[in-house]
Amino acid sequence: MARMKFLCDSDRCIECNACVTACKNEHEVPWGINRRRVVTIGDGKPGERSISMACMHCTDAPCAAVCPVACFYGTEDGLVLHDKDLCIGCGYCFYACPFGAPQYPRVGNFGGRGKMDKCTYCAGGPQQDNSAVEYMQYGSNRIAEGKLPLCAEMCSTKALLAGDGEIIASIYKERVQQRGYGSGAWGWRTAYKEELPA
Amino acid sequence: MMRLLAALLLLPLSGALAQQQSGEPSGGAPSVQSAAPEVGAGRGGTGNANQPASSDPQSVTGGPRPERVAPKPRVPVEPITAPVPYSARGGVEAGALEAQHAEKGGVISGAVSIPNQAAGILIQPEGRDWRGFRTRILSIAGAVILLGTVFILAGLYLLRGPQRIDAGRSGRTIHRYGVFERMNHWMVAVSFVLLGLTGLNITFGRAVLRPVIGAEAFTALTWTGQAVHQFLSFPFVIGLLAMVVLWLRDNLPSKVDVAWVKAGGPMAKGHPPAGRFNAAQKALYWFVVGGGILASVSGYLLMAPGLLDNVTSQQWAHVVHGLMAMVMMAAIIGHIYIGTIGTEGAFEAMATGQVDYNYAREHHSLWVDDRLAEARRTAVGAD
Repeated sequence: MARMKFLCDSDRCIECNACVTACKNEHEVPWGINRRRVVTIGDGKPGERSISMACMHCTDAPCAAVCPVACFYGTEDGLVLHDKDLCIGCGYCFYACPFGAPQYPRVGNFGGRGKMDKCTYCAGGPQQDNSAVEYMQYGSNRIAEGKLPLCAEMCSTKALLAGDGEIIASIYKERVQQRGYGSGAWGWRTAYKEELPA
Repeated sequence: MMRLLAALLLLPLSGALAQQQSGEPSGGAPSVQSAAPEVGAGRGGTGNANQPASSDPQSVTGGPRPERVAPKPRVPVEPITAPVPYSARGGVEAGALEAQHAEKGGVISGAVSIPNQAAGILIQPEGRDWRGFRTRILSIAGAVILLGTVFILAGLYLLRGPQRIDAGRSGRTIHRYGVFERMNHWMVAVSFVLLGLTGLNITFGRAVLRPVIGAEAFTALTWTGQAVHQFLSFPFVIGLLAMVVLWLRDNLPSKVDVAWVKAGGPMAKGHPPAGRFNAAQKALYWFVVGGGILASVSGYLLMAPGLLDNVTSQQWAHVVHGLMAMVMMAAIIGHIYIGTIGTEGAFEAMATGQVDYNYAREHHSLWVDDRLAEARRTAVGAD
């Protein structure tokens, strides 16, 4: 099976935040939770660049390693998903995650953490594919419908790529060759122990 | 001037339209005007409304224009540098930047346009170190510290046996702890034990308990345990503060403690003199108060993530909390041993508040002297 990955071409990203909006709308993510966000490095300065970031679905995922209840599981597409029925909202995955992907609804009087929510690569959760229960907990399951994640699908500049890691890497390499520059694949070294030379 | 021109042009038109155009209703005009103007007024009929009277070029209005002087640049002129070619901008390379941060530490961060400003951290390599702490350091160190303490105490019990009251029980008792002191002690003790067990479940349960009872049952247990852990922190902290008030005076270090340690402390032959608390008890007291404050402050920071909306600080809070908890548990295991099976006559102090006179004489001779002196004074005073 394919090893699904995200790749954000920061030389194309225009910080329109449409990926963020698309994600929130597609999965009806609650207030205050952003599964995806756009971070602008050196905002307003020459050479500023924006990177759209969500869960990178790491190889050897740190969240899965530190979870006290072992609620994470991997899919055959190489995705890192979690079971909200097992999650206890302890926050350990947030401490370990290099990308700040895990999000928690604030619950209770102390603003404690509810069950963790993160990017599912539009692949839902452990429930029956595209069932109402799955939609309630994880949002829609586009992968089961044969579609790619919506954030990447509707990126206006095609900065955000999703799909088989080798294919999106070759698309990126071709771009870099044609235009003659590129800042590399953000997060790939951390997530996949792999670099795309610019 | 323009208005005058317009009025001149509109003169031949019907009165109603002229009023509308000028916007100044004349005194005799009705307040509500007809919605439909008369036929012929600007409706393509006979009237040539708004047409200039002649096609000759009109004379320029206004007087001669003043000559404008273009602003002069400053001397010398600063040349505008050519922009950096698009392909060379920035010059950051993702892989290199990540490698550099992974080596030196520190987060790669930027600006976000969402309210959660903490999301501006793009990549935080410290998570990897914290993962190592959680999966290796804390687990291994914790297991070694706790199991090691248990083994040492078991060996001590088997080889040396419990410490007996040398003179035997006298049959008479002396009052050692009041009701409030005992209740407070047991409140702290019960909450500490449950805090410890639920905490150990978070650290080791995944490897130890989850395979045995199954994922769902383990989540239910840990979910409850987490709630217990959070709620019991309050009686623990309150009790700890009460201990500071109750026992601070008797735990201030003195010269007697130095002599007690020099004589060999618990391993000494005979019993070196000690006050209400000996040096080892004082050390435990200060350790529990200090460690308890550290563990509870770091714990509250973890409990209410809104207080510390920064991932690096939360990692450190967990490190402090975890390590402090492990060391405190080891110390308290020792305390439980000494207070129950390790020392004859010790447990009654916290159970009933009374200890055997000979026990007090041997372990806390100076305190007994004080108590007796005080008792004599009150007896004399009563006479």
